[in-house]
Amino acid sequence: MALLTITSPHTQRALSTGQIMRLVIYATLPGAFALAYFFGPGVFVNLLLASISCLFFEALVVKLRRRSILFYLRDCSALVTAFLLGLSLPPYCPWWIVVSGSFCAIVLAKQLYGGMGLNPFNPAMVAYVMLLVSFPLPMTQWATPDANHVIGISQALDKIFFNQQIDGYSSATLLDVMKQNSSLTLNDLYQKEPQLTSGLLAGAGWEWVNLAFLAGGLFLLYKRIFTWHAPISMLLALCAMAIIFYDNGSSNSGGSPLFHLLSGATMLGAFFIVTDPVTSAVSNKGRIIYGAAIGVLVYIIRVWGKGYPDGVAFAVLFLNLAAPFIDYYTSPRTYGHTKARSALDKEP
Amino acid sequence: MTRAIKLWPMPGGIHPPEHKQQSMQLPLGTVPIPPQLFIPLNQHIGAPAKAIVTVGEQVLAGQLIATADGTFSANIHASSSGTVSAIGDYALPHPSGMHGQAIVINTDGSHQWAPLQDCQDYLTLDRLALLEKIRAAGVAGLGGAGFPTAVKLYTKSTQQIDTLVINGAECEPYITADDMLMQVRAEEIIAGTLLLSHILHHPARLIIAVEDNKPKAIAALQLAAKNYTGEKSAQDAAIEVLAIPTLYPSGGARQLVQILTGREIPHGHHSADIGAICVNVATTAAAWRAVRFGEPLISRITTVTGEALKIQRNIEVLLGTPIEYVLTQHGFAADKALRVVMGGSMMGFTLPDLSAPVIKTTNCLLAASKKELPPPPPAQACIRCGICAEACPASLLPQQLFWYAQAEDSQRLQAHNIFDCIECGACSYVCPSKIPLVQYYRAGKGMIRQQTAEKEKADRSRQRFEFRKLRIEKEEAEKEAKRAARKKAAEEAKQQLANRKSGAPTEQQPDMLATALSKASQVQATPAEQRVKLERMLQTARNGLASARAPLVARNPEFPITEVQLVQQQSRIKQMELKLVEAEKRLADFDAQQAGAASASGEDPVAAAMARAKEKMAQPADEKLRTNLELMQSRFAKAQEKAQQATADGSPAADALQKSLEKMQQKIAETEAELAALATSEVIVASVTPVEENAAQQAMAKARAKAATLTGMSDQEKQAEQLRALQSRLQKARERLQDAERENAPNIEALRIAVSKLEEKIAAL
Repeated sequence: MALLTITSPHTQRALSTGQIMRLVIYATLPGAFALAYFFGPGVFVNLLLASISCLFFEALVVKLRRRSILFYLRDCSALVTAFLLGLSLPPYCPWWIVVSGSFCAIVLAKQLYGGMGLNPFNPAMVAYVMLLVSFPLPMTQWATPDANHVIGISQALDKIFFNQQIDGYSSATLLDVMKQNSSLTLNDLYQKEPQLTSGLLAGAGWEWVNLAFLAGGLFLLYKRIFTWHAPISMLLALCAMAIIFYDNGSSNSGGSPLFHLLSGATMLGAFFIVTDPVTSAVSNKGRIIYGAAIGVLVYIIRVWGKGYPDGVAFAVLFLNLAAPFIDYYTSPRTYGHTKARSALDKEP
Repeated sequence: MTRAIKLWPMPGGIHPPEHKQQSMQLPLGTVPIPPQLFIPLNQHIGAPAKAIVTVGEQVLAGQLIATADGTFSANIHASSSGTVSAIGDYALPHPSGMHGQAIVINTDGSHQWAPLQDCQDYLTLDRLALLEKIRAAGVAGLGGAGFPTAVKLYTKSTQQIDTLVINGAECEPYITADDMLMQVRAEEIIAGTLLLSHILHHPARLIIAVEDNKPKAIAALQLAAKNYTGEKSAQDAAIEVLAIPTLYPSGGARQLVQILTGREIPHGHHSADIGAICVNVATTAAAWRAVRFGEPLISRITTVTGEALKIQRNIEVLLGTPIEYVLTQHGFAADKALRVVMGGSMMGFTLPDLSAPVIKTTNCLLAASKKELPPPPPAQACIRCGICAEACPASLLPQQLFWYAQAEDSQRLQAHNIFDCIECGACSYVCPSKIPLVQYYRAGKGMIRQQTAEKEKADRSRQRFEFRKLRIEKEEAEKEAKRAARKKAAEEAKQQLANRKSGAPTEQQPDMLATALSKASQVQATPAEQRVKLERMLQTARNGLASARAPLVARNPEFPITEVQLVQQQSRIKQMELKLVEAEKRLADFDAQQAGAASASGEDPVAAAMARAKEKMAQPADEKLRTNLELMQSRFAKAQEKAQQATADGSPAADALQKSLEKMQQKIAETEAELAALATSEVIVASVTPVEENAAQQAMAKARAKAATLTGMSDQEKQAEQLRALQSRLQKARERLQDAERENAPNIEALRIAVSKLEEKIAAL
């Protein structure tokens, strides 16, 4: 009787990479809806455009590499990249921004390095930074977060595909406002800026967007898709920096801790970018260092950086570079050995 | 027994679906004796046993049919009565599908037992006798590894066992054999635990560890431990039946010891090295039966489970029963099964051939349906999620190991401790990309083992080559040394000849100098040390004088001083004074000498000694005698003084001193006579220098004397003298040559040359 010879173990946990990716996509949905609530349908247009172009580029490269297209598309990693990119781009940016970003993410940042699992940098962040550096104007034009005056779908499509200008739809983001504080104290700034005034915790719209991403992240944490180490240490580090440099709300203040936790891409970064397993440190100890360093860098770029209001993408890319180095210094101690393998041990 | 006992956490671990209920629904069953038993000779870790039966022989159940080959082996017994029908290669239950030696028994169905040796008072036996009983019964680890139990229990004297762990964790999915055993034979396990405790000199803790998903087993064991009335030694600790959290792979010996004691078994060591011994529950019961009833291990409890079977249960099965037979008895539907696994779903291996028999390590037969254990999906790329590292109970980095195994980087694999991987499969189980990680590690380990073996082989041949080279070099060197010796001998002979001709044995001078030098450097410390020594001497003398004077002053007037005492006192003081003067003189002399030496040459004392030696050597013989005489005379004077003192004191040493005085006098007389003789005849000077100890000096003196005589002769006389000398030397050389030829000595050549040279010389004269 011919029996199949398979080595142990003979069972495997049901959770697959594809499932993990799908769970991540589901977890972004609260944040996506929050964004759409405050910024209008442009968010979904971005997501759709990014998804289609990312899947297309992924299929194209897999085809060129003569692999099974379906097998690779099924792992949904391209879709996750598309969602992360789509959520970080400003709504109503021209369509070619999204498509070229997708190309950059999938082809340059991922497939050219060997595909899933082999890319050293987070593809969505590489694309975002590439776009931000190349096309600073459309990349920094964010709509005013106002649930009562969102742009209609036809107007949005006109803007995205035919570059029809919409008057007065955009305004500086809160992080910009905080950076160019015109030498005002925090109190004066809050009184002067309606976006800040109307906010409950940290400013209109953005606080809810961030809370929605936080909810999605907590869901993934509950599902044990990732460990708490990297996101929590990043948030704590950011918080600590904000406390240290709060300066009693003077004109030199970098903003309150709550402001930093609930502004810009903080929560999206903490739970969806920093937790990207491929490009982060491996061990839990390493992830704490990795997350904390990102938190500190985000604050530094936000408050003292020149030109760029938010720093999540840059900070993540920096630490992507450092992740192998961190891994090297945070090897665990193997059972039965007296000490962990030191990075200073001579490589054989 | 539900005391709060501290358990330590184990890193990693997983919770795979247990699938244990399905085989626990039915009571422990049996299968009929199969028509043929295939009993492999290697059912354990170690060397295969050696068959001691022949084809056609009648055997009884429990009869020894193969003996352990060495310590690391186990006896094999007939599982049932019948006839040995064949001994040959048959399929083994092994992942490779390999075949191996097995004894085939055609059973007669009567299952007639061989006589067994019952032993009731086994606790009175000593450790070795008990171990011998366990060894004789062929007990090997029934948990799955098959380690010979007697070997495991035979601890070294350096290993102080403080914890005996009876392993009933059974963390593998599907397997319930131990669970069943603990429920139905709890008292055997308790008795076995106490037996092992006795063998291991009563460890402080006796723990039976069971995962908390087996409450019935825990209850049964606790009850049995409470009601136990059998053999028990007073020193035994109370048995702790501990429920440990269900977490795969807590049943691994290393993990279990860590959970129970917090101690890790160091890399490359056994658990006994940290004072813990871990024995499976089934092994414990089997060891007890072996000792108590003399019953060899011929059957075991095995779980037969999987959805491809109609009946899923635990059975007591004879070792050697073909697996196919067992499965058929349980309604095996071959079309439903994709694979049959021996062991659990985590660490078991697929059986390549179902005709293989049940052996000592067969704890489970898993005939899973396709739905139950589907074929693994194709592996996806690693996304470095790190879930594997969190699951690893050995705290390894499965991801890194995977990369290095893929790259076949054996050095980095070893640097990342691949050999600490216990192949539990937790990493593969949790991997979302379905990468067969353990398979990579097995391949990696195999590759490293092969490389090591090849390297060893290469090293051995290199050593052989180097040894050969060394040997040849040594032979060559010996030959060279012989040649050199011959050459040297020839040169020496030449040199001697030349020396004798010139009449000055100059080459002997360095020898003498060297002796003087070494002597000087031995005796002579640095000048500073010497001076300190002298000062010490001076101080001692002063102190002595003071103490000699003291009693006279400090005497109590009530006790009058006797005349004798006074005289003695006086003489002692005198003596001390003399000593003091002497010490002062020597110190002064030394200082003067030092100053002189420093101003004269600034040389070190060794050089000074050398100079003195040279000076001494340069002194003519009569001068030497004269100095000697002076020295002796001064000594004589001192001795005389002493002797007088002694006689005055009436001490017993007086006689001895008198005698030595006489001797000295005699010597002085002799020396004086010699001196006188020297003065009259210079020729005999060499023979009368008894103070000269050194042969070299004698030779020198001789040569000088000879030279002196020669100067007094005419040329003709000189020539005649030389001729005479040469002839005598030729004579001697010839004799030596003959000797050498007779003994075939290496210096023949040199001697021959010497003889021919001498002959030439004589001819020239």
